[in-house]
Formats: sequence, structure tokens, C-alpha cells
Amino acid sequence: MNDHNYVPSSKLGKWFNDRLPLLSLSAHLSEYPTPKNLNYWWTFGGILTFCLLGQIITGIVLAMHYVAQADLAFESVEHIMRDVNYGWLIRYFHANGSSMFFLAVYIHIFRSLYYGSYKSPREVIWIIGMIIYFLMMMTAFMGYVLPWGQMSFWAATVITNLFSAVPFMGESITNWLWGGFGVDSPTLTRFYALHYLFPFLILGLVILHIWALHIPGNNNPVGIDVKKPSKDTVPFHPYIVIKDLFALLVFLILFAFFVFYAPNLLGHADNYIEANPLVTPNHIVPEWYLLPFYAILRSIPDKLLGVVAMFASIFVLVILPWLDTSKIRSALFRPLYRQFYWILVLDALILGYMGALPPEGIYLLIARVATAYYFIHFLVILPVLGFKEKTIPLPLSISEPVLNESSDVVKNNKMSTE
Amino acid sequence: MSDQKKTKRRDFLYTVSYTVGAVGIGAAVWPLIDQMNPDRSVKALASTEVDISSVEPGKSITVLWRGKPVFIKRRTQEEITEARAVKLDDLIDPEKDEDRAKNPEWLVMIGVCTHLGCVPLGNKGEYNGWFCPCHGSHYDTSGRIRKGPAPQNMEIPKYEFVSSNIIKIG
Repeated sequence: MNDHNYVPSSKLGKWFNDRLPLLSLSAHLSEYPTPKNLNYWWTFGGILTFCLLGQIITGIVLAMHYVAQADLAFESVEHIMRDVNYGWLIRYFHANGSSMFFLAVYIHIFRSLYYGSYKSPREVIWIIGMIIYFLMMMTAFMGYVLPWGQMSFWAATVITNLFSAVPFMGESITNWLWGGFGVDSPTLTRFYALHYLFPFLILGLVILHIWALHIPGNNNPVGIDVKKPSKDTVPFHPYIVIKDLFALLVFLILFAFFVFYAPNLLGHADNYIEANPLVTPNHIVPEWYLLPFYAILRSIPDKLLGVVAMFASIFVLVILPWLDTSKIRSALFRPLYRQFYWILVLDALILGYMGALPPEGIYLLIARVATAYYFIHFLVILPVLGFKEKTIPLPLSISEPVLNESSDVVKNNKMSTE
Repeated sequence: MSDQKKTKRRDFLYTVSYTVGAVGIGAAVWPLIDQMNPDRSVKALASTEVDISSVEPGKSITVLWRGKPVFIKRRTQEEITEARAVKLDDLIDPEKDEDRAKNPEWLVMIGVCTHLGCVPLGNKGEYNGWFCPCHGSHYDTSGRIRKGPAPQNMEIPKYEFVSSNIIKIG
């Protein structure tokens, strides 16, 4: 990052840059040295930036037609779908965009877990990322309430009632959140205001996230530091930019499939029934991306402890850099961690699946075991593993394994041609 | 000695300034927080009157009060006997049926599950009372929690019989 000595070539550029060094910033961003061994799992940062901007742009457009008032909200969404020019497209993009956003963020988080990107010196990047993730969940939840269908209303009721578990103050807190004695129009209007605000907070945190990333630079699949920038890195532009764009295009194929061919697949039919405070739908489930947390909430038979466990499941992620005692970042060199990693992935998927099923009998038992394992992974296995595990020796540099491999390939090719 | 005294005076000034500042900021922030509490128009809907003359024994009606459903159930003799026969030791949230239904024939309660606020379904569950489909809480014929994650019995609102056919809730 030797870009302090960047000097714009034009006189005007120099004049401006001396007063506000935006050109230095853009030079830094394009020259930013990036480990040359990054794989496609590293393209999700760019994809996530696209998702955030896509949600903000379509969201602002939807806000021009939506009415955040209990008597009108449901109708105004139907008005967007039927009357507004391209309203269906913009709304389907926004609604499915949230699912795509979470899909990308989960891949991004699990990539960090696999390659140890949360470890020193990148703890602050990780923590900011977790705050972004938490804000994303709150934003998505409040956005889900806005269409004011049955699932919207009951999701709002169940989630705000989590706060009624707070000892002594529970009722005052829920009444304060609702602006009434139950979820009603005041609740809808304030959720709308916050749903509009939070994406901009996320945007600000994304800038901090990238800023914090640019101090130590990217982690990489082998998880060792860059030794020689000239050998181990490539400039961000054009190499990473083009690669990220290609990955984004592939991601957009999936995105477009949902928007154009299965726009309601990830939604719930009950949300096309207007909110009715007198009738709870028979089976209420949150959106798929919140299901693992919902399973944790329901697997604890006590109301307060269930809520505590749900928030704790996010909090253990925040303190993960200090729970994982291993100095080796990448799972490629941690044979045991690699296995536990995949068990955790499976555990998260099981929790998600159990969150969608009714909490009875065998499902409840499985959810409880999976919940227990989730906490054991972070609170027991990871701290112990750092001391017990016999790791594989690290390569000397980022280039070494690549260069050795390619020389092997060259030899093999020679042999085959002979 | 004078040195120390000066330091103390300055400390005092700091403390006073911080305190006054904190009180000022608190006073300025409070309206911004309190505006979210239930407003006058919401509170004005505090009571509602319901005509119950058409409710048959064994049936119930649901009315909206303060945005929440209120169940008004005309219980059969069987249901009353069942509710009154339960021992208090068997209850999660011990409460006598006599205290919940002053007039045993009529059970008036807020139809909101005390777990996470769903509306339980009537004549369902293992105790012939109500069953909450969201997270599986079972209530008996007195609306008391018997099984499941809900911590409390369904709440009894303040109500009175204005005449033999009209109940005023709130």
C-alpha cells in the first residue's frame, strides 16, 4: 500500500487531490495488491456489494409507491404488483434479492470460517461483518413485515414478543416497540422508517469493513501472509475486478431464475392473505435464512432461555477470533478442524431444516441435539482443538505451492508427450 | 497543600459539568424515546362493550380489544366442572378457576398465547381448552397453561357485566 506517493498526472487532478485525495483513494483501490491465489469463494464480497446496492435502489423505488399504514399497506403492495410500470419486476427483485443477499452472506461467512479469515490481524473486519449480518437480519425481518400479509403480521408478533421474555420490563418494552397493545399500524410505520434507515447503516459499515480489510490485506486459501508483494500479489484492477464480475454474472443467472421463473418459491402463500389479528396461520415459519436461529429458539423449553440461546448463537460468532485458539488460519493445514468444519456446516443445515418443521417428537429432539452441538463446536471443540491438533506444515510462501505444482505439471506434460 | 486543593476544585467542576450535561442530554432524548409508546388515540380505545345474548353454551366469540383478540366463552357445565376439579399443584401457573371466571358460565380472557403472542385455537389440545399452533402450548378449559413453552395462563382483562347480556371490557 505504497500509494501515498501517488501523484495525479494532470494539473487539475493534482490541484484537486491536494485538497481532497479522492484520486489517491481510487489509485489505492485499483492498485490494491491482492494475493494471486484467491479462489472463487473470494468473489462473494463483490457479489454482496452488488446485492446491497440492488436492494437500496429497488427499495427506494418501491418506497415511491408503498404506503406504510395498516389499512393501505397490503393494497399498496398489490397496486405495485398490478398497476405500477414494472412494479412486479422491482418488487420481485427486492423480495428475492433479500434471499440472494443472505445466500451470498452465508457463503461469505462460511468461507471465512474455512480459511480462518477471522483470525489475527483481521478480528475487527470479522466483528464489523457480524454487526452487518445482525443488521441484515433486522432489516430483512422488518422488510418482511411491510407487505402486511398474514405471515408479516405474525412474524412481527412472534419476534417482538421475544422481548416480553425480559424480566420485569417485558411488557413495557413490547408496548414501546408496538406503539400500542399489539402489533398494529404504529408498528408498521416505525418498521418502515427503520427498514429504510438500516441499509444505509449497513452501507456505512461496509465501508468500514473494506477499510479494515485494506489495512492487513486479504487473507488467502493457504492462509499465510504475503511475503513478497511483487511475487505473491496481483493488482486489484483489472485482475480481481474481472474475476469478480464473472462470478457476479454466474450469480445473476441464479438470481434471475428466482426473479423470473420462481418468484414466490422462497416466500409463503399465506402472505398473500391480508393481516388478521384474530387468526394465526396454522404453521408459521420465518424466511429460510432465519430458520437455524428459529430452531435454536424453539429447542429450549423455557421462554427466556430460548431467547437468550438465540442471541447467544450470534454472540459466539462475534467472539470467535478468541474462541479459536489455533494460530493456523486455513483449514487446508488443519486436518481435524476441516472435519469439524463440515460437521458444523451439516449442523447448520439440520438446524435450518428443523426450524421449518413443527417442534414435536423426533424433530424437537434432533433440533435440541443440533443446538447443543452448535454451542459445543464454538465453546469446546475450537478452544481445545488449537492445542491438540497436529497441523500440516505450511508452505514458505503463497507462490511456492503454485510454482512447484506447475513445474510438476510441466514435467508430466513432457513425459506424456515423450 | 494549595496544589491539591486546586485539583479538587477542578474535579468538582468536571463532575458538576458532566452531571448537568448528562441530565440535559437525558431530558432531550426522552421525548424521542417516549414518542414510540402507545399514543393518546391508541389509549382512547381502552374499553369496548359486547352483546353476548346470542352466544350458545359451549360456543365462544372473539372480539377485538386494543388490537388483541378477546375470547368470550360460554362454558358448558362439563367444562366448568373440569376446570374446577384441577388441583393447583398440577398447574404451571397456579390460579383457581373461581378467580379467573367470576361468573363460572362466562370465561373472558385475552386470546393471546403468553409464549410469543399467537392466537390459540379453541376446543383443541390435550386439555380440551385451547392449543397454540405456533409452538405447541396447551391450555385447559379455564385458559390455564398446562403443557408447552408458554410461561403463564392466558390473561384475564378487566371486564364487568353491564347488564346480563352486555359485557364491558377494559
